[in-house]
Amino acid sequence: MFVNISTTLKKKKSEILELWIKNQLADSHSSEDLISNKELRGQSEEIVNALLNNLNENNINNSQSSDFDLLAELLGAFSIMRAKQGFSPRETGSFILSLKEAILEVLKQESADPNQLFEESLKLSRLLDNFTILTFETFIKGREEVILRQTDEITDISTPVIKVWDGILAMPIIGTLDSARTQVVMENLLQEIVNTGSVIAILDISGVPTVDSLVAQHLLKAVSATRLMGADCIISGIRPEIAQTIVHLGIDLSQIITKASLASALQYAFKSLRLEVRKTSLENKATTKF
Amino acid sequence: MTTMISSLTKEILIISREQDVVPFRNRVKEHAVKIKMGLVNQTKLMTAASEMIRNMLRYGEGGQASVETISKGSQSGVRLIFVDKGPGIADIQMAMKDGFSTGKSLGLGLPGTKRLVNEFDIQSELGKGTVVMLIKWANG
Repeated sequence: MFVNISTTLKKKKSEILELWIKNQLADSHSSEDLISNKELRGQSEEIVNALLNNLNENNINNSQSSDFDLLAELLGAFSIMRAKQGFSPRETGSFILSLKEAILEVLKQESADPNQLFEESLKLSRLLDNFTILTFETFIKGREEVILRQTDEITDISTPVIKVWDGILAMPIIGTLDSARTQVVMENLLQEIVNTGSVIAILDISGVPTVDSLVAQHLLKAVSATRLMGADCIISGIRPEIAQTIVHLGIDLSQIITKASLASALQYAFKSLRLEVRKTSLENKATTKF
Repeated sequence: MTTMISSLTKEILIISREQDVVPFRNRVKEHAVKIKMGLVNQTKLMTAASEMIRNMLRYGEGGQASVETISKGSQSGVRLIFVDKGPGIADIQMAMKDGFSTGKSLGLGLPGTKRLVNEFDIQSELGKGTVVMLIKWANG
């Protein structure tokens, strides 16, 4: 028989901890490589301490109580850490749910009166369920941070400038051209024109899914800027459906040299540089060997 | 309109930043592919969606965009509705003119979009916001 639930639980702290760790190890066979047993024990101990040391008869019904600030902080930190380490939501959830099981188990052993046991279990369940929700909230927040970082990384994909021939640069653009991206594209291209002393730049938009008026405006700006640098700019990789869309939108690209493929753009560039690509005959090859 | 337009599936997305353009466009594409829209019409619709979303972000401080597949008689199509609570458009007639822009763009967004789709409707109230509805039929 117990009178005071919080003091009873405090007395049984080490028992709860052992049971909890046992529970966790039992249902998390896969996560062993993500977290060491020692680390798990450390985390569990901190949480049990934070919970039981601050638990009293007054705040058992109020999970928002400031007494639990430390616990909330710990849970938040652990679940964010777990989200980043690649734990599944189930593993993170059962981390705190198995604590509830451990506590209820200990409570069962202590109590003889079923009514009282039920009452106290209900209170504790409610409290711990709130902490589970908190754990999930922070877990998802952690995941969202990961997603956000990945989004940034994707938009960060560099746009390389390739020197395809003496005096000819090519720049394949992949993905959507937004203002920030155009800025990077333009900077790289203009700088490379200076570095290599190129006179022709080919912007290939085969990898751009849609050309709306904003993308077109960005392209026009890039072309004007290259012209100011004394180089010619060719836009290649205009697919048939994109061509139709541009016409319907009413975008005027007639001032720009456009080509359907990078190959034809290159051909045009060779022509304007008065270069010729020829098949060599076998005899010629033989003579050049000497 | 004699035949009823019935909506089959509907999805609503919140648009608040430039990164929302691509996911929305992809949703539009999924819907267009589902009703077997041709590649050219798909591209036109996606471009129209992209124009409207950019307008919303630029002038309307973001808002809500919905995409749905609809059917009217034997025709099927995709309907997009864009709702923002921005400042509204003072002169819709001017805004629908080629080359008119209050924001240094090409001024092709609204008139161009109208040319890209089959049905286009814009309603705007100063201080309250703008609603744009557009429909592209699968074989329109």
